[in-house]
Amino acid sequence: MSELQKRQIQLEVLRYNPETDTAPRYQTYSVPCLEEWVVLDALNYIKDHLDPTLSYRWSCHMAVCGSCGMMVNGEPKLACKAFIHEYQEGQIKVEPMANFPIERDLVTSVEDFITKLASVKPYLIPKEDKPVSAGEFKQTPAELKKFKQYTLCINCMLCYAACPQYALVPEFLGPAAISMAHRYNQDSRDGGRDQRQEVIASDEGVWECSFVGACSEVCPKHVDPAGALQQVKVASTIDWYKEHLMPWMKK
Amino acid sequence: MAKSNKPIFWGLFAAGGTVTAFVTPALVLVTLFAAMRFNMDMFTYDSIHAFAGWWLGKLIIFGVILVSLWHAAHRLRVTVHDFGIRADKQVAIVVYSLAGLGTLLTLIHLLNI
Amino acid sequence: MNSKPYVREVSKTTWFMSHPRYKRYMAREVTCIFIFAYTFLLIWGLGCLADSRESFDAFVQALGSPLGVLFNVVVLIATVYHSMSWFDVTPQAMPIQIGEEFVAGNIIVNAHYGAWAVVSLIILFWGM
Repeated sequence: MSELQKRQIQLEVLRYNPETDTAPRYQTYSVPCLEEWVVLDALNYIKDHLDPTLSYRWSCHMAVCGSCGMMVNGEPKLACKAFIHEYQEGQIKVEPMANFPIERDLVTSVEDFITKLASVKPYLIPKEDKPVSAGEFKQTPAELKKFKQYTLCINCMLCYAACPQYALVPEFLGPAAISMAHRYNQDSRDGGRDQRQEVIASDEGVWECSFVGACSEVCPKHVDPAGALQQVKVASTIDWYKEHLMPWMKK
Repeated sequence: MAKSNKPIFWGLFAAGGTVTAFVTPALVLVTLFAAMRFNMDMFTYDSIHAFAGWWLGKLIIFGVILVSLWHAAHRLRVTVHDFGIRADKQVAIVVYSLAGLGTLLTLIHLLNI
Repeated sequence: MNSKPYVREVSKTTWFMSHPRYKRYMAREVTCIFIFAYTFLLIWGLGCLADSRESFDAFVQALGSPLGVLFNVVVLIATVYHSMSWFDVTPQAMPIQIGEEFVAGNIIVNAHYGAWAVVSLIILFWGM
């Protein structure tokens, strides 16, 4: 059996131990990588062979669970989707996702995102109470297509790591949370838009967004949160004019 | 969280962004040609004055300038914040007042033609 | 539960220097300064138009000064960058669903560039 092609890669990894460190530091590991490896494979090699103290989140290794979001050479990426062969220089810097507090090494605190996601009521709120005996909700393929794209979000938070408005204004609801609200607003079975508007049509909601578009550029599932947010702005603006110019109109 | 009043400004920003995207480059070419004395018989005082004298011409000029002003003003408000200046309320007052001044001047000039 | 999470500071004045995509965003945003200035130039010209033929001729003369030409060239660059960046994102902001499918983004973008060309030609040849 022939020796598989290996390339020695220098991984410069941010380390932070809250029990002993006052600030993060970098530690470089030399890792023999197979050409088809991803950064996650290199991290697993480090943990298995070089340094068992390295902490990081991962699970599926196939870009569906959203656990392994990190900054790879300054770019928000899923570690399982950052291919070693893309980094021909042989030096890779791995840091925790930007704009989140560092818990330990590459592990960030996700509290803020979870709170914000829950606040937009990311679940179906039917237009009227419908008992099970009344039958199922019917939806045409066209109605499904209208929101399908936004269901693909895996909550990996790379969009928050990329968003400069989230970096500068921590109160900002952020791309994924608002896109999730939009997913339900666009669902023909849903009637909860008014409730969600209270949260997403606020200053800290969609109006903090300035359409930088970085979120959509880094999204590994091509959800296009930037597009969702602009559509929310358009809908909210039309709402505003309806409310102010035609206040007699029932919603 | 109360609903924002940003929609009123954003609506104008979006309308203005669209209009300026379509017409401003050509307008700048017109003024650039005039500046470079290129094809001087293309846009003369008489033809422009006639256009501005026409009721529809007035409407078009007012509409284009209005949305251009409020587009630029709102974007400037956001850009100032992007450059790190944290005084949004004051900045908003300044930029929207400028846009308001421009709107008023346009109205006055058009009524005088 | 970690009692000492580390928060990394981001500079609110130089954040955009850290990545080309942020620099492109800021370049797009600052086009508004030039469009704002140009609109006031138009308002000034409108004022001269309303005033007298001599006033207007003086305005055109001023446009022809080196500063005037430079200003117009700089504004031209800015406004073209604004147009292109605006058209490129239109499909994201206003998706069009026909039947089941959404109209492909590049069709929407190309239609905008086409309309831009038509509108520009109309404006440029209005005087003829």
